[in-house]
Order: sequence, then C-alpha cells, then structure tokens
Amino acid sequence: MTVNLTLLVVMGVMYSVGVYLLLERSMTRVLLGIMLLTNATNLLILHAGGAPGFAPLYNKDLDGSEYSDPLPQALILTAIVISLATTAFILSMIYRSWTLARRDEIQDDLEDRRVAQQSAYDAEDDDAMPQDSSEFTDSDTPPVRPRHNEEEATESPGHHRAQHLAAPSSPDYVEHAEGHRHEGHGPEDTGEEGRS
Amino acid sequence: MNYDFAQLAPLAVVIPFLGAAMNMLIVHRNRLQRFVTIGAMSVTLALNVMIMITVWNQGPQAIHLGDWAAPFGIVMVVDQLSALMLVVSVVVSLAVLIYAAGEGVADGDDEGPISIFYPTFLILVAGVSNAFLAGDLFNLYVGFEILLTASYVLLTMGGTVQRIRAGVTYVVVSVISSVLFLISIGMIYGATGTVNMADLSMKLADLPQGTQMQLHLMLLIAFGVKAAIFPLSFWLPDSYPTASAPVTAVFAGLLTKVGVYSIIRTETLLFPGTQINDLLMWVALLTMLVGILGALAQIDIKRMLSFTLISHIGYMIFGIAVGTEAALAAVVYYIAHHIVIQTSLFLVAGLIERRGGSTNVDRLAGMLKISPLLGILYMIPALNLGGIPPFSGFLGKVGLLEAGVARGTGLDYLLVGVSVFVSLLTLLALIRVWIRVFLRSVDDAEYPDPVLRSTTVDGKRPRTSGPASRDQSSTFAGRGAVVLMPSFMVGATTALVIVGVALTVFAGPLFDLADNASQNLINPDRYIDAVFAPVGQGGVSEEAQ
Repeated sequence: MTVNLTLLVVMGVMYSVGVYLLLERSMTRVLLGIMLLTNATNLLILHAGGAPGFAPLYNKDLDGSEYSDPLPQALILTAIVISLATTAFILSMIYRSWTLARRDEIQDDLEDRRVAQQSAYDAEDDDAMPQDSSEFTDSDTPPVRPRHNEEEATESPGHHRAQHLAAPSSPDYVEHAEGHRHEGHGPEDTGEEGRS
Repeated sequence: MNYDFAQLAPLAVVIPFLGAAMNMLIVHRNRLQRFVTIGAMSVTLALNVMIMITVWNQGPQAIHLGDWAAPFGIVMVVDQLSALMLVVSVVVSLAVLIYAAGEGVADGDDEGPISIFYPTFLILVAGVSNAFLAGDLFNLYVGFEILLTASYVLLTMGGTVQRIRAGVTYVVVSVISSVLFLISIGMIYGATGTVNMADLSMKLADLPQGTQMQLHLMLLIAFGVKAAIFPLSFWLPDSYPTASAPVTAVFAGLLTKVGVYSIIRTETLLFPGTQINDLLMWVALLTMLVGILGALAQIDIKRMLSFTLISHIGYMIFGIAVGTEAALAAVVYYIAHHIVIQTSLFLVAGLIERRGGSTNVDRLAGMLKISPLLGILYMIPALNLGGIPPFSGFLGKVGLLEAGVARGTGLDYLLVGVSVFVSLLTLLALIRVWIRVFLRSVDDAEYPDPVLRSTTVDGKRPRTSGPASRDQSSTFAGRGAVVLMPSFMVGATTALVIVGVALTVFAGPLFDLADNASQNLINPDRYIDAVFAPVGQGGVSEEAQ
C-alpha cells in the first residue's frame, strides 16, 4: 500500500497547529483550532480509504480492485456538513459574547471564581487560632459572614450575575435581587445587564 | 402472527424530525406548536412501546435501510437494551416537554417572539433515538452530532451572559470529543475496512493487541467525555445548571446516558473481555468519590444535583467493568432508574426555583409549610437516588453490589465498599438540602428570598404572586403576576415521580427484561445473526428458525 506523504505531513501540521490554537484563550482562535482539527480529521479518513489515484466513477472496462473506496468520501461529506454547522454556531456565540460583554475570551467558570474569591483565611478550618478581627472590621459595620457571603448567594446559576465581580459589593440585598430577571426558555431574554 | 413492529424502528427517528419540520412551518403559532410537538412525542412513545414488546418476544431485530445487505448498507438494530432505552428516553422527554409547555403557558410565551424551543427539543429526541438505534459506528456519530447540536441551541437559548459563557465551554468540549470519536472511526475503518458494529465485533479481534488497545482507548475517551466520567467530567457541573430547568432536566437524564450506552456497546460488542476492565474500575471509583465530594460542597441545588449525576455515572461504569451477566443486568436497570430519577429531581428543582424564587439553599427555607406537595415530590426521588429500600435505586445498587461480590477480586470488594459509602454521602447531600430548604424556618435562612415571606402558609396561599412579592422576588422581578405552581408543571413532575415509583413496583418484569438484555450483551451472537440475516426478511425471528 502506498501512502501520500504530502497529505500526511499536511495532516500532521494541521493537527499540531489546531491543538495549539485550541489552547489559546481567545474564542476566535479556539474556533480556528477546531476548524483545523476537524479538517485534519477529514484528511485522516481520506487516508483510511487507501492510496489515491484510482477511478472514482463506474467504468465498465475496470476491474473491481481499481476503484477508489467511496465510503470514506461519503463519511467526509457528512463530517464536513456537521463541522460547518458547528462552526456557524460557535461563530454566532462569539458574536453574541462580543455584543454582551465586549470580550472575545473564554471566561473562568463559577467554581474557579469562587475559589479565587475565598481568602486564605477560612473561618471553619482555622478557628483554633486566636482571632483578632479589630484590624479588619470597623465598629459600626457588621462582621462579614465567612463562607456563605452575599456575593456568593447572589451568584447562582440561572441568575445572570456574571459581571458581579466588577460591581461593588453592596450590603443592600434588595438592590441585588432586583437585577434578576426570570429566565424562561424563550428567546425574550436579552441580558441587557451585561452590556455595561 | 402479529405485525413486526421492530421494522418500524426508524420511525422513532423520523417522527420527531417530521414534527420538528412541521414546527418550523408554524413557527409563529406557539399553541399549535405545542400540540404538534406533544402529539409527535406521544406517537413516538406508543411506537417505542410496541417495538419493545416485539423485541422482548422475538429477540434482537435488524432493519436494513434500503434493503442493502449488512456490512455495506446502513443497519439499525433494536435489541432489548436499545428498546428499553428508547422507551425510557421518550417517557422522560414527554414529561419534560409537558413541563416546559406548562411553563410556557404560565409565563405567557404565546405572545412572545418566535419559539425555537419545540423544534429543537424534537431534534434532540431524534438524535438520542438515532444513537440508540445505530448499528454502525458512523451512524452513532451522526446520532451524537444531532443531539449535541440540538443541545448547543437549548443550552444557550436566550443568549444571556451566563449561558454564553457556559455554552462556550460546553460546545468546545463536545466538539473535541466528537473529533476524537471521528478520528477513532477513521482509524477503525483504516484497520478493518468496516464501520458496521456487528462486522467489527468479528474483525477487531484479528487485529494486533496494540492496535486493539489504542482503538479501544480512543473510543473510551471519546465516550467518556460525553458520559462525564471522572477525569473528563469537569465541563458538566459548570454548563448544565445554567440552562433553564426543563433543559437541564432532559440533559441530565438523557445525554450522559447515551455516552454510557455507547460504552456498553464498546465493551460488550466491539472489545469484549479485554484487559482494560481494571482501569475502568479505578475510573469508576474516582468518578463516584470526586462527584459526590463536589456535590457536598455546593450550595446551589442544581449544581449539587449535577455533581451527584457525575457520581452516579460511576456506578454504571463499575457495573460495566465487572462485566458479568448479572452486573450488566443491574447496569441496564440502573440506567433506566437513573434517567427517570435524575430528571424528576431537576424538574423539582425547577419548581422550587419557581415557588421559592431561587435554587440557592442559602436563600430558601420553610418550603414544606409553603408547599407540602413540593416536599413530597422532592423527598421520593431523593430517597430513591440515595438508595433507600425499597426504592428502585436500592434495587439497582444491590444488583451491582451482588455482581461485584460474586466476582470477588480485591478490587471488587473495594468498589463495593466505596459504592456503599458514596450512597450514604449522596443521602447526606440530598437530606442536607431537604433540611435547609424544606424544614428550617424562614428566620434561619442566611438570605431568605422575599417571596418566602410574602406568601402565607398553606391553605391560604395565593395562586399567583401578589404585587408585594412581585416587586421583590428575585426570579420574577419586573414581570406581571405569575402562576407560581402551574398545574401542568406540577402534573408532569408528579407523573415522572410516579414513573420512578413504578420502576420499583414493576422491578420484577423490568429485571427480567434487563437480564434478557444482558444475556444478549454478553453473548452477541443473536445481535450479529440479526444484522447478517438475509435482506428482506428482517431479523431472525423465532418462527423462522
């Protein structure tokens, strides 16, 4: 069995560049990475069909072994259609993200942000230490609850407060609550909140 | 001689697609859309039940599309496992659909802009059915892509900041797992020259050990991402809870189970009896432990449920790794149980959010007084998931543990111990939510939602939220008076909880079916015979032999 070296090298380069782009933070680059990966995979399937150069169409003079395998080409066609749809969808998400937040970056997930917000001091774990809170609390402000703080309680999935890190923490509870809107499954939500 | 309903199995994919197409034509008429969608799903359900009865009586059946003989044409195969999965998935989707329709009616979506929820939902169901019916790897891939593309749309529906953020992660992870799957298909085709699973089951064994191992691992990684097995599961708890309640419910119930279903096929049909089972055991152990520890750390009900979902995937992987007939029967039963229970819990979480204004346990309290019905609806599936006798969760787990002990290696005993421990932790996580959300008084809550105070106790509670609560309630701020507990939403949830109880009541026949399914999984000869039966005759029926 002969192998088309050029195509193999092209495939390898596409895979490596695709993986590299996938590890970037910018969504557009991730999209480009995904496009390269899917197309490299299409090349791989083409290779699976055997060596190139055989007859693609029916010819009554040819022996059965001299046709190229049509199945991988059919598989590739399907895969191309699917990757086209996915690419279009990701593009629309990038555009949406841009209109909402003016950013083309993959953002930290909820758990990451929660961990990042926690101070190194944990009231439950480190309570045995004598605690001197006078440095941190004024006499007229109430002590802050250690774990289940207001910010955390407001940021719950299903409520879009993704931008809350930027917002100053407000002790007024109702003000927070009023920022929420019901999220139905209809497309009526525009999430204007994030446009700040 | 009754009619051979199994030959109609492709309709389980075609009917939802037709329904979706009709929905697109009447895109501006929401009420009509609702009827069409629920009608299409009901017809599919009836058809699937008939298919299951046929397959139960006659064994695995293959449908040769376009009468092309087996390794060349596209084959759809229904055996007991796929038939059971088809029925359970459509039952659950129908309940979720009625729930979503009830929510839409209650929130006045009829006046809203064009709705793409119903057609997308139908396409999701078609994709799931296609994956369960697929007789070749590439058709399985297409089924996955159909359901994934529909799930992208459903997850990001509304396009809020939260959902777009979660959607990007979800889409990228899903696409990468699909690319891995496609690469494995390409390599398998290169190595064997076929993608038909029955054909592969005979040809893969002839490959060199190393090649087999590589193809096997690649398939497992691709399916592992979709099934949310431990090192590949981090996308799930971040993306699922951000979607709306019915969407999360159907995702949690169905999508991961399609991954588990594919793993079962890989392990039993494609690569039976390979040495990879010890690895699967360890992965199952870690999935259980890491999932449930994550669940314990959550203060949001939906996120907590997402983590328990991951944890319980571990049980299924445990059963698959044990791989005996008893273990696979328990896995089949456990999957059916888990689809129903997990979905009903997410639906209840949606109702709690609606009634109490939040799913955050710091904001909720005293729900038992406000709505005792909701308490019952939460408690039954919660006990069920935690594995309290006599519920189906207990039966499924006992089946798994018995199978583990019966094989009896040291690793098996370790897994048995860990599953009991994880089961207790599941109960702890669920009961903690129960105590904080339902039992404690509103005054004990850290940040009680205003809607909890503004409604009077049971018996006098208003059916709709009054002006006072409307102004302050976090979920419904800025909207008109809303029905807090629409009867269709409660009805659909109740129906699904009852189905969950029915899994316990009818455990006997169901376990028979599961046993039957697992015999065919362990010994795939009948599956292969059905696929290679002479075209035009369909499967190898009992009468023919």
